[in-house]
Amino acid sequence: MAVEAATQPSKVRWGELEEDDGEDLDFLLPPKQVIGPNENGIKKVVEYKFNDEGNKVKITTSIRIRKLANARLSKHAVERRSWPKFGDAVHEDVGSRLTMVSTEEILLERPRAAGTKPEEAKAAGDPLAQIGKGGAALMVCRTCGKKGEHWTSRCPYKDLAQPIESFIDRPPSSETTATATGATKGAYVPPSMRGGGAERVGTDMRRRNEENSVRVTNLSEDTREPDLHELFRPFGSVSRVYVAVDQKTGMSRGFGFVNFVNREDAERAINKLNGYGYDNLILRVEWAAPRSN
Amino acid sequence: MRPILMKGHERPLTFLKYNRDGDLLFSCAKDHTPTVWFADNGERLGTYRGHNGAVWSCDVSRDSTRLITGSADQSAKLWDVQTGSQLFTFNFDSPARSVDFAVGDKLAVITTDPFMGLTSAIHIKRIARDPSDQTGESVAILKGPQGRINRAVWGSLNKTIISGGEDAVIRIWDSETGKLLKESDKEDGHKKPITSLTKSTDGSHFLTGSLDKSAKLWDTRTLTLIKTYVTERPVNAVTMSPLLDHVVLGGGQDASAVTTTDHRAGKFEAKFYDKILQEEIGGVKGHFGPINALAFNPDGKSFSSGGEDGYVRLHHFDPDYFNIKL
Repeated sequence: MAVEAATQPSKVRWGELEEDDGEDLDFLLPPKQVIGPNENGIKKVVEYKFNDEGNKVKITTSIRIRKLANARLSKHAVERRSWPKFGDAVHEDVGSRLTMVSTEEILLERPRAAGTKPEEAKAAGDPLAQIGKGGAALMVCRTCGKKGEHWTSRCPYKDLAQPIESFIDRPPSSETTATATGATKGAYVPPSMRGGGAERVGTDMRRRNEENSVRVTNLSEDTREPDLHELFRPFGSVSRVYVAVDQKTGMSRGFGFVNFVNREDAERAINKLNGYGYDNLILRVEWAAPRSN
Repeated sequence: MRPILMKGHERPLTFLKYNRDGDLLFSCAKDHTPTVWFADNGERLGTYRGHNGAVWSCDVSRDSTRLITGSADQSAKLWDVQTGSQLFTFNFDSPARSVDFAVGDKLAVITTDPFMGLTSAIHIKRIARDPSDQTGESVAILKGPQGRINRAVWGSLNKTIISGGEDAVIRIWDSETGKLLKESDKEDGHKKPITSLTKSTDGSHFLTGSLDKSAKLWDTRTLTLIKTYVTERPVNAVTMSPLLDHVVLGGGQDASAVTTTDHRAGKFEAKFYDKILQEEIGGVKGHFGPINALAFNPDGKSFSSGGEDGYVRLHHFDPDYFNIKL
């Protein structure tokens, strides 16, 4: 593109120019010229316009037109391409920007992260499986109650269970019953009156939360439980991974918990991973605060 | 992919249609002017000014010379695609909802809403080759379904008309005698109003979307249910890829409830499903409101969506879309 500047100064007073932005003066300019395209596919467009100082500027734009090998257009479609604009499109302002290319890259978002399945299989084959073999009693799914088959985080019946949204803010026993009873009555039920199942869940949860729990914050939204598991597994056997998920949106809330079987492993993980850059964020890893109740 | 955003409409989109060559995209919205865009770069080619109410749907003739639009101003209009001039106006006593040219473009089906004591109806009009010979007489008027008929399209060889609407029943009519040939049965059929109906490219099957949060694939000839795609939001728009076995559903929570919840909870993505396995392939985000209209380019390499937010988003697929695996 070549710009040949300032062919002649404008005769119009600057005050007027300022007011109507020079747009009404366009009729003073020579019309737009299109030369070509020539045999090399080069098209020249000569335009005139006023620049900011009110000077007339000639703009010569050279465009090389290439035919795309793959583009198959019907004769009619090519013809339609040169149709004059009509209706409101005739008087379209340059600044109206009706058509814009999104600044955001939009991807076809897969429901599962690609490769989730094989990764899970791998994870199951590693140290976790060995623990499972060693003592099946250790591997109890809190969602469906099955022993030695899978961990809670991989429970196939997860969707059927009451969702556990957060477990640090509120005691889990009250929360699960609140969601369960809320659907039917919506009234407060004292702990003594609640169903036996809920009580069992409550004690279970207290047991699992008190030992060797590591709190991970500043997680990126894309981090899922398998990712965390992969990150923490090298430090020792992990008994539980949990990423807090917003119940409404299904998005990660940016924090999670990892429970280790051995306290030393957890300590090493904290020392190593606190301040570790993970998925463009800096992780914060610390001991989970003991619950208040 | 980087979608092209087209902001030509001031009100929610209602319908999108590509011409047969896939170089033009027609958009209808609740503002009164249907618009035509170049489907490759999203440049606006022109507008069709003349309607006095929301425009609910449109169809373009096979040779891309005629456009027909149905509007809430109780009329359907024929337009010259190239110049945007009105050729003819069909006047009704109630809002026109759905329009569809028959194969050969010699007939058109127009549905009208129930209004002021009138019941809904399906009108079949003859389309003259020369617009000066055009008359407003109906060849046939089909009546019967309760409530609005949201979509009526021609079946194979113009022998039938397939309609679906608020009563959640899909009906197949004989286009010559006007007799009702088939109805979808209660068990298989939708449970809530049918919002959209799209035929496959070869016309052998069609897809319906409904507010009962599902879309169903039907055989055109026998009206047997082939597949059901279940989603977690009401379906406002459906389309099928002409190239791959993909089905796209668009929707979202009711427009009147959007402001009451977090925008992330609205589920305004266009959801891709595998046509055969009925499994979700993925979602394309972007709209700020429910998706009201979806259309696939006839070449299958791009699709566009129109939302309650007034935007048309034109998506040209990345190369990796074409070898996506479940």
